[in-house]
Amino acid sequence: MSFFTPENLEKAQVLVGLYPDKRSALIPLCHLAQGQHGHLSKEAMEEIGDLLGIQPAEVMGTASFYDMLHTEEVGKYVVGVCTNVACLLGGGLELLDHASDTLGVPPGGTTEDGMFTLEEVECVAHCDKAPCAQVNYRYFGPLSNGDFDKLVDDLANDRLSDSVPPHGVLSRVFRDAPPMVPLEIIHQERREMDEAKKARLAAQNPDAGGKQ
Amino acid sequence: MSTDVSQNLITISIDGRQIQAKSGELLIEAAEKAGVFIPRFCFHNRLPQVGMCRMCLVEVKGPRGFSLQPSCYLPVNEGMEVVTESEKVKKAQDGVLEFLLINHPLDCPTCDKGGECPLQDQTLAYGPGESRFIEEKRHWEKPIAISELVYLDRERCIQCDRCTRFADVVAGDALIEFFGRGDHTEVNVFPERPFSSYFSGNTVQICPVGALTATPYRFKARPWDLSQVESSCTTCSMGCRMMVQSSQNEVMRYLGLDSDAVNHGWLCDKGRFGFEAINSPERLTAPLIRKGGEFVETTWASALSLIGSKVSEVRGAGGAGRIGFILGSRLTNEDIYAWVKLAKGVIGTDSVDFQLGDGLRGEVIASLPRATLNEAVSAKAVLAFTGDIKEEIPVLFLRLRDAVRSGKTKMVTIGTRASSLDKLSEVSASVTVDQLQLLAKGLLHEGSKFAEIAAVLSKQGVGSDGEGLVVLLGRENLAWDQSVVEAFAVELSRALPKAKFLVTLRASNFSGSTDLGGSPGLLPGRTRLEDASPALRQKWVVLPSQVGRGVKEMFKGALQGELDLLFVIGSDPRQDFIDTELAGAALDRVGFVVSVDTFLSATSERADLVLPAAAFAEKSGTTTNLEGRVFTLNQKVTPPGVCRSDWTIASEIALELGEDLGFGSPAEILDEIAEVSLIHWGLSFDRLTRTATVDGMVVPISATALAIRPRALLDQVSTPGIASVWNQGLASSKTAYVEGEESEEAREVTGTPQSLSTKVLGAPIWPLASVQPTGNLALEYSRKLYSQGEHLKNSPHLSRLIVEAKCRVSPRTAKELGVETGGFVRISDKAGGGAVFEVETDDSVRNGAVEIVRGSFFISGFSPVRADETVNYVKVERA
Repeated sequence: MSFFTPENLEKAQVLVGLYPDKRSALIPLCHLAQGQHGHLSKEAMEEIGDLLGIQPAEVMGTASFYDMLHTEEVGKYVVGVCTNVACLLGGGLELLDHASDTLGVPPGGTTEDGMFTLEEVECVAHCDKAPCAQVNYRYFGPLSNGDFDKLVDDLANDRLSDSVPPHGVLSRVFRDAPPMVPLEIIHQERREMDEAKKARLAAQNPDAGGKQ
Repeated sequence: MSTDVSQNLITISIDGRQIQAKSGELLIEAAEKAGVFIPRFCFHNRLPQVGMCRMCLVEVKGPRGFSLQPSCYLPVNEGMEVVTESEKVKKAQDGVLEFLLINHPLDCPTCDKGGECPLQDQTLAYGPGESRFIEEKRHWEKPIAISELVYLDRERCIQCDRCTRFADVVAGDALIEFFGRGDHTEVNVFPERPFSSYFSGNTVQICPVGALTATPYRFKARPWDLSQVESSCTTCSMGCRMMVQSSQNEVMRYLGLDSDAVNHGWLCDKGRFGFEAINSPERLTAPLIRKGGEFVETTWASALSLIGSKVSEVRGAGGAGRIGFILGSRLTNEDIYAWVKLAKGVIGTDSVDFQLGDGLRGEVIASLPRATLNEAVSAKAVLAFTGDIKEEIPVLFLRLRDAVRSGKTKMVTIGTRASSLDKLSEVSASVTVDQLQLLAKGLLHEGSKFAEIAAVLSKQGVGSDGEGLVVLLGRENLAWDQSVVEAFAVELSRALPKAKFLVTLRASNFSGSTDLGGSPGLLPGRTRLEDASPALRQKWVVLPSQVGRGVKEMFKGALQGELDLLFVIGSDPRQDFIDTELAGAALDRVGFVVSVDTFLSATSERADLVLPAAAFAEKSGTTTNLEGRVFTLNQKVTPPGVCRSDWTIASEIALELGEDLGFGSPAEILDEIAEVSLIHWGLSFDRLTRTATVDGMVVPISATALAIRPRALLDQVSTPGIASVWNQGLASSKTAYVEGEESEEAREVTGTPQSLSTKVLGAPIWPLASVQPTGNLALEYSRKLYSQGEHLKNSPHLSRLIVEAKCRVSPRTAKELGVETGGFVRISDKAGGGAVFEVETDDSVRNGAVEIVRGSFFISGFSPVRADETVNYVKVERA
C-alpha cells in the first residue's frame, strides 16, 4: 500500500525528477506528505525513503531537524504563540499562559479532539502586531486574551477555513517547473559568464592581468 | 582522509619548529606525524572530516594574524605557521570540553568506556577541572538496544558524527542518524528499523565516548584488566588484522587494527563478536572414543596409539590410498603443513582436500595469476563472478565500495541473482551456464550479448589481453557445480592472459591450503607431486605414488567401500558438504572416522574418535588471506582441558608411526615451509613479527616487501581500546607504535623465486554436458553472513542472528505456484527428499528460479544440491 495518493505520487515523482541528485527532493517530498496527512507519519517517511533511494532514518534525520515538519501527529490547527522580545514586552508570555488555559494543553500539546496543537515560537517577524500568534503559519495580532478566544472559536467553527487551511497545506510546495536543465548546459553557461566577466574586468583594468 | 594529497613535500612551522609535510595533507595528520598530538573527537583517519567537535582548534597565521582554526579541516600549505600550545588554544580546548561535558552524565564508573575513553583522557589533559553548569542535564532513556549487538546511550553522546558517518559513508547502511536539532539532537534508529548492519560493531570501536557499547562486552572488563596480542581474524578469507584482548584467560573482545593493505581498521560483526565461541562451555576438552555407541573420555596416549595402529593396519591391508584427510578453515599454515606432511610425507596418501564442494579445486586456484587486494581495488576494471561479497567476505565489500565510490576502479558483475555488488557495478548481467562459456571466450569482443560489459572494460582501458582487469572469482551460485566456474576461469585466463584473479572464496585460509599442498595432486609451494623440490624430498620420508582424491571422490569411494580411515580436521562435512546426503551416507560407510574439532559438530558427533583442538587465540602460527598475504596469529589464552594445537596432534601421530615430523614449534614449521616451498621463501616468524608492518607479507615475497617500512602511527583516539590497553603501566605516550628501525639484514635478501607452477592445469571441460532439468525451478543456492555453523551456534549473541529458513521466488513465479509471501511450498530434491519452506516474494529473484540460503536449514534426507549435477533444479510445489 502506497502512502501517497495516486495524485500525490505523481507529483512526488515530478519533484524527484527536478534534481540531478534525487535526494535533493527530500524536503519538498516531506511537505507534500505533510500536506496530505497533516504530519509526517512513519509510513510517509518510509515511502519517501524508497522514492529517493535512502534510508527512512535519513528522512527522519532531516524531517526532525526542521520545526515546520512534524514527525508526531499534530492538530488540524497548529497555533504558535510568539514569546520573543517584542511580543514578550507586549505580553506574549501571558498570552501563551492564557492560550494554554483556553485550549487545556501545555505548549507542545494537542487537544483531545485533535483540533489544536499549541506551540511556543521564536520571532515570526510580526513584531508590529505584538503580541502575535500564528495558526498554520498565518499571522494574527495583536491579540488580547479575548481576541485569542474568539480566534479559537472561529477556527473551531470553521469560520476561517478559507484563509487558514488545515495544517500541512502549503501553497508553494509544488510548482510547475519546466523539465530539468541538463547540467552540461548549466556548466557551459557558467563558464561563458565567467569568461565574460573576466574579459570585462580585463578591459576595465588592463594592468591587473585578468585578476579580480 | 584528505582527498588530494600529493607527494610534494612542503615545509610548515608548528610551534616554531620546521617540519616536512605532504602538500594537501590535513594539518592534524601532518602534526601527528611530526610528534605533535592535537586533541580530537570527531576526526578519524578513515572517515571524511566534518569539523564537528571543535576540539582540534589551533592557531594558524593568516593575513590578519593568528586565528583559531580546526586542524582536522585544514590542508597544509607551504609556509603555514601553526601554534598548538598557546594560551588561546588552551582556552579554546578548555571551553570546548566544558561545552561537551555540559550534558555528559559523567557516569564513568558504570561505563564500559571508562579507562579507555578519549573524553575522559582529553578532559584530564586539556579540560577544566570543574563544571560551572548547575542546571539539570538533559535526559534520555538509557541504554536502548539499537540492534542485537549494540546498545546506545544518548546521554553520553557528544555528537561527533563518527558512528553516523561510518554507517553512511563506509558501510552504506545509514540506519543510524542524527534526529532533532540543537540541544535536542540525538543519534537514533528509525522506529522498528534496528541497526542491523553487518558492520555495526565498528561504531562501538570508534565511538570516542561510551554512547555506543557492544552487548557482548557489556560490563565484562576494564582496559587495565586486559592484555592484548595482534592477530588476524580467521572467520573468512579476508584475514582482517585485529587485537585480541583477554582478561583472566578469557577472550573479552576483538578490536580492528588499521592495516592499510587489508581492513583499514574495520571488522565485520561476525568476526568481531565470534570470540564468544572460544569461551563456550560446549567446547571439547578431552579426547572422546566411541565405546558401545556412546562417547567416553579417553587419554591422549590411548587415542594416539589407537590412531597409530589404525593407520598401520589400513596401510598394511589396502594401502595408504584408503586413508583420507579433510582439512578445515580453522587451521593455521603451520597446522596445514603438519597435517599435509603427515598425510603425504609420512603416511603416503595424496587424498587431502580442504574444500567441501563449495570452493574451487586447489590446482585451479594455484594456476590462476593472483591479484592482491590493492591491485583489485585500483584495477582499471573489476569483473565480479562471485558469491555475494557482502555476505561472504564483508570487509572486502567495504574495500570495494570505497574503491568504486572514490573512482579508483569500475566494476561489472555477472551472475544469476541480485547481489550487494550490483549497486557498485556499472553493469550487472544475468548469465546462464551456456552464456558463461561464450562470455569466457569472447568477453572483450564486439557484438556479444555482453556488449555493455565489454564497453565498460574498453572505456576503462582494459587491454585486449586483459591487462588491467582483475576478476573476482568465487562461487556465485552453489547450485552450479564448481567445474562450471573452474572451466570459466581457465578459459577466461587463456583468453585474457594478462588478467589477474582474486579468488574470493569464503573459507578462511583456503589460500594457505592451496599454497601448502592441502589439495590432491599438490605439494607445498603450489607444485605438483612430480615436481617436488630437492629440499622437500630431503625433508619428507615418502611422497604419494599417485594423485589422490578430492572430498567428493573420497565420499564416492567411501560408498564403494574404498575408504577405511578418514581424518576430518576442523570441518563438518555432514552439515557443510554441498551434498549433505552424499556426505552423510559416505561417512556412515567409512571404517573409522577421526574428527579433530573444537565442538561436537554433526560430523564429530558420529565419529569414532574425537580429538579436542585448540581454537583461534589459543595457538600461534600464521594464516594466509585470499590474496596470499601471510600474517601472524598469536596465542592469547590457554586452551580448555587438554586441547592441543593441530600441528602437535599431527606430530604425535607421526611419532606413533615411528617418524619424526622434525619440528617443535610453529616457528620451526614456518622455517621448514620456507625451506621446502619456493613461494614461501624468505618467510620467518622473526620477519613477520619484528620487521614486517602490521600488513603482513604477500607470498611470494618480493625483495621490496622485505625492506622495512615503518609501523603505522596509531592514533589513540581512532580506536581507543587498543591504545589504552597498550599504555597501561607505561609512561603516557602519544602514539602506541613507534617507527621501526631499518635492518641491514632484511635489505640483503634479494631476488625472487623462479620456477613457480603457474601453468594452467588441466584443460577446460567445455562443452559441458547438456543440462536436463530435474525439477520445475532452477535452484539458486546462496550463502548469508549468518548462515549457521558450529562457531555461530556457540556464540550466544550471534546465534540470535542466524538466518531463517525461507525460500525466495519472484512474484510471477509465486503466482504460478499459487502462493504468496507467508505461504508455504514443499521443495524436493532429485532423490525425492524434501522439506517445507516459507515463501517470500522478491523482485530480485529471476522468474523460474527459487533461492534458498545454505546454512539456514539442516534437514535429514534433504539435500537440494547433488554432487553429480552440473546445474541443480528442484521440484517446488505448494504445500
